[in-house]
Amino acid sequence: MDERPAVIAARILHGGVARGNVLTLTEPLSFWGAFDPRSGEIIDIHHPQKGTCISGTILLMRETRGSGTAPGGMAEALRLGTAPAGVILIEPDINLAIGAMVAETLYGRSCPVLSVGEDDYAKLAQEAALEITAGGLITPLPRAVPRA
Amino acid sequence: MTAIGIALDDRDRASLDGAHGPAMQFAMRLVLAAAEILGARSLVSVTFAHIDACFYSGEAHVDFAQYLLAHGARLAIPAWTNNGVVSLADPDIRPEASDPQTVMGARKLMQLYERLGCKPVWTCAPYQLPGGPRYGDHIVAGESNAVSFYNSVIGARTNKYGDYLDVACALIGKAPYAGLHLDEERRGDILIRTDAIPDDWKNDNIFYHLLGHYAGQFSGRRIPVISGLPPQKTMDSLKALSAAAATSGGVAMWHAQGITPEAKTLDHAFQGGAPGAILELTSALLAKARQDLTSAADGPLDMVALGTPHFSLTEFERLMPFIDGRRLKPGLAFYISTSRHVRHEAATRGWLGDLEKFGATVIADTCTYYSPAVRRCRGHIMTNSAKWAYYAPGMLGVEVSFGSLAECVESAVRGEVWRDPRLWTNGLP
Repeated sequence: MDERPAVIAARILHGGVARGNVLTLTEPLSFWGAFDPRSGEIIDIHHPQKGTCISGTILLMRETRGSGTAPGGMAEALRLGTAPAGVILIEPDINLAIGAMVAETLYGRSCPVLSVGEDDYAKLAQEAALEITAGGLITPLPRAVPRA
Repeated sequence: MTAIGIALDDRDRASLDGAHGPAMQFAMRLVLAAAEILGARSLVSVTFAHIDACFYSGEAHVDFAQYLLAHGARLAIPAWTNNGVVSLADPDIRPEASDPQTVMGARKLMQLYERLGCKPVWTCAPYQLPGGPRYGDHIVAGESNAVSFYNSVIGARTNKYGDYLDVACALIGKAPYAGLHLDEERRGDILIRTDAIPDDWKNDNIFYHLLGHYAGQFSGRRIPVISGLPPQKTMDSLKALSAAAATSGGVAMWHAQGITPEAKTLDHAFQGGAPGAILELTSALLAKARQDLTSAADGPLDMVALGTPHFSLTEFERLMPFIDGRRLKPGLAFYISTSRHVRHEAATRGWLGDLEKFGATVIADTCTYYSPAVRRCRGHIMTNSAKWAYYAPGMLGVEVSFGSLAECVESAVRGEVWRDPRLWTNGLP
């Protein structure tokens, strides 16, 4: 048997490279109002993971919660250095991709935003840490990575 | 064609290649990225934009607007501005000292969009101003109530465009040809019947806030078709329905049989298909909606907030007889949010003087629910807006009572919540 972990090819919504520890959200998150770009924490009192810091993580969530101001939340988080390292969704989302594109142009900082199918999402959620390549390939890392 | 198979004309191609400068190239890249995510095969020309990116949510918004201005951005179409976080017309209602970074950032952002050439209307209800889009126009909007109203009541076509993409589309004059721009995506999904509701109720504006709240909760992102509504003398109740359904459920489009332009009949609204579900609205469901929108027990009030979305001229007209010769309880605050355009119209009719005598403050360019725009915006607040009632407890940390316009005025005079027996004993628990 080949012991190397399986590589998953994702759909690229906004491309980039990243590595980080996996944080799986149990409920969708809005990047405006429910997340504070100054601290990187989830602040929505209705979110079960309120208080969790998403900065530097490979953030897994099935979908986002819609807000027209969400691109600003992503761009502001990238500006302040509190954004996730990468985002992996099931439902493609325009807002996070646009926010990441804008931050890349304005600040030279980016965050890949990818989408994968249900089965791949379930596999990725079991991992401790992931690496994302510019081509949208997702590779599990053998252990958690130290925070940058 | 682009590498991703989206058809481009010569002008689009030139923008993408940088011939119109870096800002236009960037805008084109944003529009194409969105088109690719949506699976669009082409772009559609748009004739109007309502810009939401002028609403300050951090310095990234300011940096984006400055980048555009510094790199040759030019609007291709008329673009009107949504509410600001602060008011340019009434700077005193949120002085700089209250939160210097936000207030100064918000002001600067609004000025940048004026410099970009946007029409500075600063309203979340742009459809209340003359000269806007018409039936069948493809447009760009982001403010949720405006998206819902334009699609449903006007029959103009827009998806819910997020910040930055709204501006990019206005610069290019095109949007991804997908979603609610397409005929088949505008088909009704579910039917909500209102036959069990008494006609008295359907003639009061409060019904449409409650109906919208319920329709949004039940529909999520599906398109509801509502039957059994009476003819409308004004747009105000359709505005209430649009805002409430967009708030509780993200509804970007709805139909009302015999009232909205794409629902002459049920068959028309469902485009020949059948509803995926049929619901019967009951008095009990309306009463539950009122409870959902009320976090406080009846009792002493600190403030009344009207005008979410922005108060219209016909709403002012309806309000005036209620306040005639009356005075609100001393110590209470009474705010009405509107656009500078409508406030000017109200002023020319002499209504602002009467409102001042009553004790009301009419503010323009902004709203009371998302920022402490006004002093004394704390404690127990009554509103006639489902949208305000939905957001304010989380945004402002206040307690809310939801009621009709008449209840709001009477409660303001008494200084405590008053319930209209005509409404709540007439078949409603």
